[in-house]
Amino acid sequence: MDKLICKCGHENPPGTILCESCGRPLNEQEQNKKLADMRYEGTARRSQTYNKSIIDKIWNFFSSVKVGVGIIIVLLIAAAVGTILPQKQYVPATTDAEIKAYYTDIYGSVGTVYHALGFHDLYNSFWFIILVGMLAISLIIASLDRFVPLYKSLKNQRVLRHSSFMHKQRIVAEGPGSADTLKKAEEKLTGLKYKVSTDKNGLLAEKGRFSRWGPYVNHIGLIIFLFGVMLRMMPGFYVDETLWIREGETRAIPDAPGYVLESKGFTLETYTGEGEEEKFGEAIDRVGTVAKNYQTDVVLYKIPEGTLPGDTADMEVVEEHAIRVNQPFKFDGYALYQMDFQQDELKTMSFALQNKETGESRGDLTIDLVNPETNYELEDGSVVELLGYYPDFSGFENGEPQTATPLPKNPGFLVKMTTPDTPDGETSFITIQNTVEPLGDNDYKLAFQGVETRDASGLTVRKDRTLPILGLGGLIFMIGVAQGMYFNHRRFWIQQQADGSILLAGHTNKNWFGLKKDLDQVTEHASLPAYRDQQEDMEAQEKREGEQLT
Amino acid sequence: MTLADISSNLLYVAFIAYLVATFVFGGAVKGNKKGTYRSEQRWGKVAITITVIGFVSQVGYFITRWVVTGHAPISNMFEFTTAFGMTLVGGFIILYALYRTAVLGMIVLPIALLIIAYASMFPSEVSPLIPALQTNWLAIHVITVVVAEGILAISAAAGLIYLLKVVDQKKKSKQRFWLEAIMYSLVLVLGFVVTSTFFTLTNYEADFAYVNKDGQPSEITYNMPAIFGMNEFEPMTDGALTPLLEMPPIVHAGKLTTVLWSLMVGTVLYALIRLVFRKRISAMLQPFTKNVNLQLMDEINYRSIIIGFPIFSLGALIFAMIWAQIAWSRFWGWDPKEVWALVTFLFYAAYLHLRLGRGWAGEKSAWLAVIGFVIIMFNLVAVNLIIAGLHSYA
Repeated sequence: MDKLICKCGHENPPGTILCESCGRPLNEQEQNKKLADMRYEGTARRSQTYNKSIIDKIWNFFSSVKVGVGIIIVLLIAAAVGTILPQKQYVPATTDAEIKAYYTDIYGSVGTVYHALGFHDLYNSFWFIILVGMLAISLIIASLDRFVPLYKSLKNQRVLRHSSFMHKQRIVAEGPGSADTLKKAEEKLTGLKYKVSTDKNGLLAEKGRFSRWGPYVNHIGLIIFLFGVMLRMMPGFYVDETLWIREGETRAIPDAPGYVLESKGFTLETYTGEGEEEKFGEAIDRVGTVAKNYQTDVVLYKIPEGTLPGDTADMEVVEEHAIRVNQPFKFDGYALYQMDFQQDELKTMSFALQNKETGESRGDLTIDLVNPETNYELEDGSVVELLGYYPDFSGFENGEPQTATPLPKNPGFLVKMTTPDTPDGETSFITIQNTVEPLGDNDYKLAFQGVETRDASGLTVRKDRTLPILGLGGLIFMIGVAQGMYFNHRRFWIQQQADGSILLAGHTNKNWFGLKKDLDQVTEHASLPAYRDQQEDMEAQEKREGEQLT
Repeated sequence: MTLADISSNLLYVAFIAYLVATFVFGGAVKGNKKGTYRSEQRWGKVAITITVIGFVSQVGYFITRWVVTGHAPISNMFEFTTAFGMTLVGGFIILYALYRTAVLGMIVLPIALLIIAYASMFPSEVSPLIPALQTNWLAIHVITVVVAEGILAISAAAGLIYLLKVVDQKKKSKQRFWLEAIMYSLVLVLGFVVTSTFFTLTNYEADFAYVNKDGQPSEITYNMPAIFGMNEFEPMTDGALTPLLEMPPIVHAGKLTTVLWSLMVGTVLYALIRLVFRKRISAMLQPFTKNVNLQLMDEINYRSIIIGFPIFSLGALIFAMIWAQIAWSRFWGWDPKEVWALVTFLFYAAYLHLRLGRGWAGEKSAWLAVIGFVIIMFNLVAVNLIIAGLHSYA
């Protein structure tokens, strides 16, 4: 396509609507309009100019507001659909099969369909991520398509505009002036914080041009944010681990090499409704108990570099800390969060080896439920041998005892008891509820004596190096939104024509009320001719014509 | 009188002030037959004074309750929803100062009244904060959100007035149907308030034992005669209505019962209104909008969103993410409340793009503003009460 040469002699890029230099309309359609289309200053936008190659088509697709809004609406509906039933991460099931079964069991056929469509993991689904990606592309292309020509045009704008441009502005004034009109107008406009530039017989007063960049700035913020979210997939940027630690235990922190954590204890406090808390009495009575504090007291150790793995002899205390909800423990880019707890987890179980008939005891044994021993030697040579240990006994499969989890929730023991009376040994399978004697009746039994319990804390280990990027994106977005919405770009063009008369035009990207208030002051100070709002005039005329018809 | 009593009395004062002001605003609008602004201004002044007294009184409630509980009073359904009513009125007062629109008061105040009445159906005793809420971010995040939502709701009110004026009540149309549907849903809220109040005053209680969705035995207290029964229910109170229909375990039959009662009472109320006045509610309100300046309503609609949208983004997304990172270790977890905040954000972003990019002003804008309010209310009511998530503090 050829360049467009305006009557004023300026060469405009193809597709320009209003001459960049003097503002004359460059096509017939624009010439016939009563008001100039000032949205992008009548510049040539790539998307409105080329539509030949495949690249043009893609560019035009993504630069369209219609397409952008379409993507937003589809995303909005998809996001809402994902809240109808809980997402898989909030479902008490872990394996894929269990999750699938959960949706069917709890929600019936609706749940089955929901799961089959992939809505149980909607936000990680391929198509949802593609949609977000399309939104990002649209943000970039639509911004470039508008920003580049708008920037060039505002940068190159001239003071003197052609009278056809002036007459097609919404705010226009024309009438007699005196020798000092321009001078006085300049004075007042400068006082109103306008930037005034003059050229021969005219002036251009401008204020708040930066507000025009607001939309592009906020889009940049959003793109930075989305980029930060993408960055999490890179190794090393993001750690998300769970650490279950029992009171008194010392454990290496997963994914935080060199760091070891010891738990001094877990505390759960509830509101008592007494003293200071008396005012909460009614609420506490209604709901039962209300938690006041979840806290794990920990000691953080560091293993010096160069130490062999598993060698904890030289570790140094880094810090003692209380981890509470809303008060994560931060160190070296990591943070530990109080997320979960398990109270009264079984720690040990004690038994007495008793003769069933006489009740005579041959001694006590205590089994550590996390690290059980294999042999427990008692008085007079009696031995209890632990043949099998099932921390969370869940039943028999093919005659073999099974454990559901490695946590000691429902311990089962397969033991062989040997006493001087029964030198060949007797086998017994013991759980909390009952005892099975698989190889026939025994003379001896393990009589339950008691348990020791302790609390365990569920901590989340987190490292997220993308946070500063996300924060920056959010900040830029907010700046852009405020810039574009709370400020506006106002301009006045004033020319004194050869016969001394004044021609004035005014434009703003929004808030015409504010523009008129400024102009009222200038008009009064410089005795400018009265202005009119051409759009309001047109609307009033349409209304009159409409009324005449009815 | 203790400070707690003073606090709740201040809320009563505010409620009554808003109620009175509604009628005075209505009178100001109705009395202005010629379309001159003098009489509207005179009565408008009286009405806005009463509104400001109510607002100051409600701010007094808010501050005294803050002092009593020791934390920002926005931590449960009662507190948040009352605060929402307060910011709605606050937003209206600011706009009245700018534009002197009595008709806006006539629409905003009854909506604020409904919202506060709805709030008071929830337990209102002062309650302690669970560990997740014990931080200054509670005040920062929630107050920003409630202010933003109050302002955004004003845009819906302006949109509603616009629609009341332009939608032709004589011709059958989709617009006429949906506008009346909005009026009907407002009456349903009133139905809920009336039903709840009635059964609370009569001390209705019926206990049932049932088996919950995890197969565990549980108990529930109905405060309305049970229409729907929980899964495998057993009545524990003598003489209570036996539920007519048993629900599967995933349906909370207690809540469903409340919904059905509200629906029935609301529908009866609506039918009565229609019978007595022989007109649609929107047709009844239309004469009040005779002198409404449509352009001004469109401007208020847009302006409120321009002010509300950035505040909403800041409060409901940015502050929310910062707090979520501190309390839950991740800034975003696709919790239903988070998702619906995003939906609200996307919706208003679409509104702005349609308005600025495609010239959707006037009636289209008005419909969008009303839909925006529906989304906000959905997030407040349905997401808290129906969809279980981390934000279910009611």
